[in-house]
Amino acid sequence: MEIKKISLTIDGKEIQAIPGQTILEVARANGIYIPTLCQYAGTTNVGACRVCVVDVAGARTLVASCCMPINAGMVIKTDTPAVRAAQRLVVELLWASGDHNCLTCEANGVCELQSLVYWLQIEKPRFNIESPGYEIEETNTMIQRDLNKCVLCGRCIRACNEIQVNEVLDFAGRGFRTKVGPAFDADYIDSECVFCGECVDSCPVGALTFKQAKFQGRPWEIKKVKTTCTYCGVGCQLDLNIHNGKLVKVTGNHEYGQPNEGRLCVKGRFGLDFVQHPNRLTTPLIRKNGELKEASWDEAYEFIAKKLASIKKKHGADSIAGFSSARVTNEENYLFQKFMRAVIGTNNVDHCARL
Amino acid sequence: MTNSIDEIEYTNAIFAIGTNTTENHPVISSKVKRAVRLHGAKLIVADPREIDMVKYAAIWLRQKPGTDVALLNGMMNVIISEGLYAKEYVEERTEGFDAMKKIVEKYTPAYAEKITGVPADDIRTAARIYAKAGKAAILYTMGITQHITGTDNVKSCANLAMLCGYLGIEGGGVDPLRGQNNVQGACDMGALPVVFTGYQPVANDETRSKFEKAWGVALPPKPGLTIVETLNAAHDGKVKALFVVGENPMLSDPDLTHVKEALNHLDLLVVQDILLSETAELAHVVLPAACFAEKEGTFSNTERRVQRVRKALDAPGQAKADWEIICELSTHMGYPMKYAAPEDIMKEINRLTPSYAGITYERLEKEGIQWPCPNADHPGTKYLHKDRFTRGLGLFHALDYIPPAEVPDAAYPFVMTTGRVLYQYHTGTMSRLSKGITERCPESLVEIHPNDAKKLGIQEGQFAKVTSRRGVVQAKAKVTERVPKGTIFMNFHFKEAAVNLLTNPALDPTCKIPEYKVCAVKVEAA
Ligand code: SF4
Ligand code: SF4
Ligand code: SF4
Ligand code: FES
Repeated sequence: MEIKKISLTIDGKEIQAIPGQTILEVARANGIYIPTLCQYAGTTNVGACRVCVVDVAGARTLVASCCMPINAGMVIKTDTPAVRAAQRLVVELLWASGDHNCLTCEANGVCELQSLVYWLQIEKPRFNIESPGYEIEETNTMIQRDLNKCVLCGRCIRACNEIQVNEVLDFAGRGFRTKVGPAFDADYIDSECVFCGECVDSCPVGALTFKQAKFQGRPWEIKKVKTTCTYCGVGCQLDLNIHNGKLVKVTGNHEYGQPNEGRLCVKGRFGLDFVQHPNRLTTPLIRKNGELKEASWDEAYEFIAKKLASIKKKHGADSIAGFSSARVTNEENYLFQKFMRAVIGTNNVDHCARL
Repeated sequence: MTNSIDEIEYTNAIFAIGTNTTENHPVISSKVKRAVRLHGAKLIVADPREIDMVKYAAIWLRQKPGTDVALLNGMMNVIISEGLYAKEYVEERTEGFDAMKKIVEKYTPAYAEKITGVPADDIRTAARIYAKAGKAAILYTMGITQHITGTDNVKSCANLAMLCGYLGIEGGGVDPLRGQNNVQGACDMGALPVVFTGYQPVANDETRSKFEKAWGVALPPKPGLTIVETLNAAHDGKVKALFVVGENPMLSDPDLTHVKEALNHLDLLVVQDILLSETAELAHVVLPAACFAEKEGTFSNTERRVQRVRKALDAPGQAKADWEIICELSTHMGYPMKYAAPEDIMKEINRLTPSYAGITYERLEKEGIQWPCPNADHPGTKYLHKDRFTRGLGLFHALDYIPPAEVPDAAYPFVMTTGRVLYQYHTGTMSRLSKGITERCPESLVEIHPNDAKKLGIQEGQFAKVTSRRGVVQAKAKVTERVPKGTIFMNFHFKEAAVNLLTNPALDPTCKIPEYKVCAVKVEAA
């Protein structure tokens, strides 16, 4: 079915677009920048922040472009003095109503409030800065909440309820005292939260951060390596965040698509301490006089090769067996069964699929 | 999985049986929950425990552990007798319907209720939801397979799906959710006693000669031993040497006392792993391996999607990637294996494995590919059995209900069932080293119903002693209505409360999976 396009004008440019799209979507598709804050891909547009306002000819007030569907013949301006003034007012209010100290904030450099301030060229808010003075939540070691930096965009709520459908977060209270969080104002650790970390990935500012990553590397210093989670069979695609040879944190990326579309669970997100744990084996060990003693690779290979050869000679290849692993790669499983079959000469190879 | 993870979100009904999805496959559970909350799909949950998925379900069937075949037969009875099945599909694409129908006739909802404990009306409702959906997916995990009737359970699920014409269509399918990241890949790569890569049988002469030519050696035709058979053979002194890569049978296998004895009988036990596991502690030689973050390679996920693993860090000390270790050892033993990188190994896999032939690193750079992918231009396969089954016609299996191997009696009056919890993984060797995880889930808990707890004088948080015919463990009690009366639940993540000291090594006769999900135990206050 051919979808009939309609035409409209944005910033003097005539544009063809599909009915049902929002002004924001059409603008983005055509390379026209409109700033946003509460809008978050994959969730409902709520129109809460009004950072995305534009001027629509004939409309009574400025409209939130993230929520407004297009009409044929609409004439839209994204860059009028009134639009900029409205955006500045919103951003200055947000700035002034929190503790936005970028010096120590983990979001510095990737913070969307910081970007808005810079983009709108605001030197200083016209209002007095008054932080609500909430205590920083430090009752768990995974997610740190500093609600003094919260801009009440509600992205974390929609990430929790619509993306992961964990149904833990909501707004509570009213006005200046509005807060986001689990029911009954509980700390995360005392709530039904399952620590998937989706809310942290969604937060545009430094209100929700990964606690163990604090002071472990600034966003621009961190190298992200895309890989596949090592825990369950979903095979989530994730980013290992590396700085100075250290695994700092794990983040999701919605653009990676299937199978997880950026979503992770607590194991992929917070279960990787084992990677750099001091308990990791670092050298081959050979049992001597009943005890496992450090050895070189050559000693270990020599020992195994000799022993396997003599057992094979005495008892035949089928007296040797190998367990491969559901934890190692395809290439390694391939080589291991090749080793058992071609080198040892037995089909005694299995792995723990059954267990 | 016959179908893809993403299809779950856009199907009309989901039947989750024997899968605690929110805890074991959290990200797949988000697709299920999105299907229900955002797209109006109906969810049927069948599980003895009141798992979190129940919150999202249109109906919850609380079957007695080990009675799945009776439950599924009951549902099929309703679907057939009410004429809700896909007659055309059954006629054109399947065989064995009449024999199956005959057995199923006995399983009226009332009869099924007697065995399963699920009210007859609920069986009817669930059957109707599933059959009338137009398309529906069945999800299952170890709750279906870890029984002596595991193979029957799986076939019953396939029966139900075929009956309604839901195999070979988008949004349909029978989807086993794999527990470990690369179980799928280990099977695909021939880490099984009867097949080479891509399930090509070792007993087939033609296949064998293909591999003999590629590898330049003569290969044995005789199928090998499974894990449990290997351990038995080691116990009897028939297997003398065992090479274990990244597994921990000392916590994961049934009847641990027996496993330990078996391993102690070996002349040579080599363990290659990233940490000193309970099994490695018994080894003659331990080889330090690199972990997933320290090497290149691929994993195949539960929907047959092959995806890249990339190196982000250097391995600690002298640890090496498993593939390097195998190559070097093999070379030491007079069979040189020389590959510059895992990509070269994949090229060899491509050549020898029709279903992986078109899966190259170059293509994987962008996105994972689902096998079968027979050539470089093939896009991969989203769902299997489109238009025809691998064997031609889909085969119905006529299956009768067989009770679990061990049922409660006067001496061991409780049913114990085992599984995982969200925060821990498998034998806990990796997950327990994480600070955050440990904070959320520091110890093993025995779930027990309040009525049972009261009778036994066990309070929340108090230690309970659990005894089976094979062993004893202790763990703190969690008094909860999540479990039904007469049933306790334990996880197998903690060596301090190693439930596999208790579990029954009775095997499913076909696929040799131990019956972890049901054994009889006695519970006392410790
Ligand atoms: S971590 Fe996950 S479950 Fe917890 S509040 Fe955030 S999004 Fe919700
Ligand atoms: S915590 Fe972050 S995501 Fe949540 S409402 Fe506040 S600023 Fe938005
Ligand atoms: S992040 Fe969680 S759901 Fe995803 S693969 Fe890892 S363990 Fe599985
Ligand atoms: S982005 Fe449109 S109102 Fe917030």
